[in-house]
Amino acid sequence: MSTATAAGSIEGIRSAIAKGETTAKAVVEIYQARIAGEDEKIRAFLSTDRDYALAQAARIDDLAAKGDPLPKLAGVPFGIKDVLTLEGFAATAGSKILEGYRPPYTATAVKKLADAGAVFLGKLNCDEFAMGSSNENSAYGPVHNPHDLDRVPGGSSGGSAAAVAAGMAVATLGTDTGGSIRQPASFCGVVGVLPTYGRVSRYGLIAFASSLDRIGPFAATVRDAATVLGVIAGNDVMDATSSQLPVPDYAETLDKYADQGVKGMKLGVPAEYFAEGLDAEVRAAIEGGIEKLRAAGAEIRKISLPHTRYAIPTYYVIATAEASSNLARFDGVRYGLRAPQSDTLATMYRRTRDLGFGAEVKRRILLGTYVLSHGYYDAYYKKAQQVRRLLTEDFLAAFGEVDAILTPTAPTPAFKLGEKSDDPVAMYLADIYTVTASLAGICGVSVPCGKSRTGLPIGMQILGKHFDESTIFRVGQALESL
Amino acid sequence: MPETERVSLADVRRVAELSNLDLTADEEPRMRRDLNAILGYVAQLSELDTAQVEPMAQVSEVLAVAGESATEKLSVLREDQVRPCLDRALVMASAPETDGVFFKVPKVIER
Repeated sequence: MSTATAAGSIEGIRSAIAKGETTAKAVVEIYQARIAGEDEKIRAFLSTDRDYALAQAARIDDLAAKGDPLPKLAGVPFGIKDVLTLEGFAATAGSKILEGYRPPYTATAVKKLADAGAVFLGKLNCDEFAMGSSNENSAYGPVHNPHDLDRVPGGSSGGSAAAVAAGMAVATLGTDTGGSIRQPASFCGVVGVLPTYGRVSRYGLIAFASSLDRIGPFAATVRDAATVLGVIAGNDVMDATSSQLPVPDYAETLDKYADQGVKGMKLGVPAEYFAEGLDAEVRAAIEGGIEKLRAAGAEIRKISLPHTRYAIPTYYVIATAEASSNLARFDGVRYGLRAPQSDTLATMYRRTRDLGFGAEVKRRILLGTYVLSHGYYDAYYKKAQQVRRLLTEDFLAAFGEVDAILTPTAPTPAFKLGEKSDDPVAMYLADIYTVTASLAGICGVSVPCGKSRTGLPIGMQILGKHFDESTIFRVGQALESL
Repeated sequence: MPETERVSLADVRRVAELSNLDLTADEEPRMRRDLNAILGYVAQLSELDTAQVEPMAQVSEVLAVAGESATEKLSVLREDQVRPCLDRALVMASAPETDGVFFKVPKVIER
């Protein structure tokens, strides 16, 4: 199995093209050949367009031939999670209800990649409407973990993580609502970034839970992931929640701290993330990583995030409530599937949604509708919003003491396909360490940190303050080098 | 009330109707079981006294309270301006049924 280490780096590809050592066309053809060779087993891509990618590569080769400066991501092969739009390309969101839909516009994050010279290999498989922790909820079949084909890649951005892990793309975009970038990054042994809420425009993202949804990159290294975030971040008039704060030069930060590493930093380790339910091998790997950071000069402080145990129930109330509202738009009127031969509008709505949505999406719409319905709103939805504030205040207090927080990304390594698919609560617990940062709006990154005895990757989650991605990248880069 | 009783089949049918979902006879008991399992787990939130806690709907609320000048920019709204929108022909190209100007749907009023 080719792994992420076999893939080129962003700067390596760009400079090789600039120096004439290779061409963008040659690079994209290598990745297209890998997809042809590997993806029958892994199933990361839902759609590819050979000619589109070659045309993008040709534009880069024209620039290089003229000796013009190359943009940041020149000739770098990317994959895009299929919940993000690219004009004229299918965008299924992993759902039958959007089968055949060709969006008439391009997501801001995707457009920014294209403007920076990226080459798009195709759209990536995911759980339906990004709802899931294993990629088994895709209407187009599960993705297989490149490290063990009988195991899940994690979810919901399973295709995005697996494509990088298998060397089928240099970097990919995913989305994270409760852990959907970080958890698959951990399961597949790659780097996955949850940017701060507001850092990246969501225009062109098919919405799941709008107060939580974020777009972020996957790559083989912290540096490449940071480079991609630098390209896609920034204010956008098309997303009122996107921040007007300036975007730092993350690569410059990484250069600056390449030698110093974590020396002098205060890193917090919350007791609540090392309690019951944590797999022994994951615990050993993360504690080993923390010891290495201590040896490298970081001050490790024990901290407490006391409301952590309430995060999963809080998340599943808020996320499903928002989903039940967002998914009301899929009704067979304007795009996608329409159930044939319905004699009234109301019947058409119901039959379209019955045919188009899978079981997990229906379950979440029902739950979200229930918690918002008359008589239950205060007990569930309002209560969850109150606990969301307590969870957020836990982090704000902790960041008064420490620069970043270290935890396992997931309680276990990748589990087997089918292992949890009949027990929604067990599946939801796969997100136990990731939903807290989602609710609080802070940033995080999952960085590979050892493997299990059977060779399954384990990820360390590094959490940072709002808009302080530079700090978590600095810690992540140090961890990679140790 | 035992946790398995929290959501009845009638409740499942009611929320299915509210959310325009047609559940099959097989799906109804399964969804009832799952909703009860999830809501049973959610019930632990009632352990917390939140009487004095303001609900948090958006991340920006917390940043505004933190009062950092740099993050205040989060709550700034853009100017209300007229801007071009998506091309009608492109949008209609995705519609299941259209006359080119309107979306066509089955009859709205049941008799």
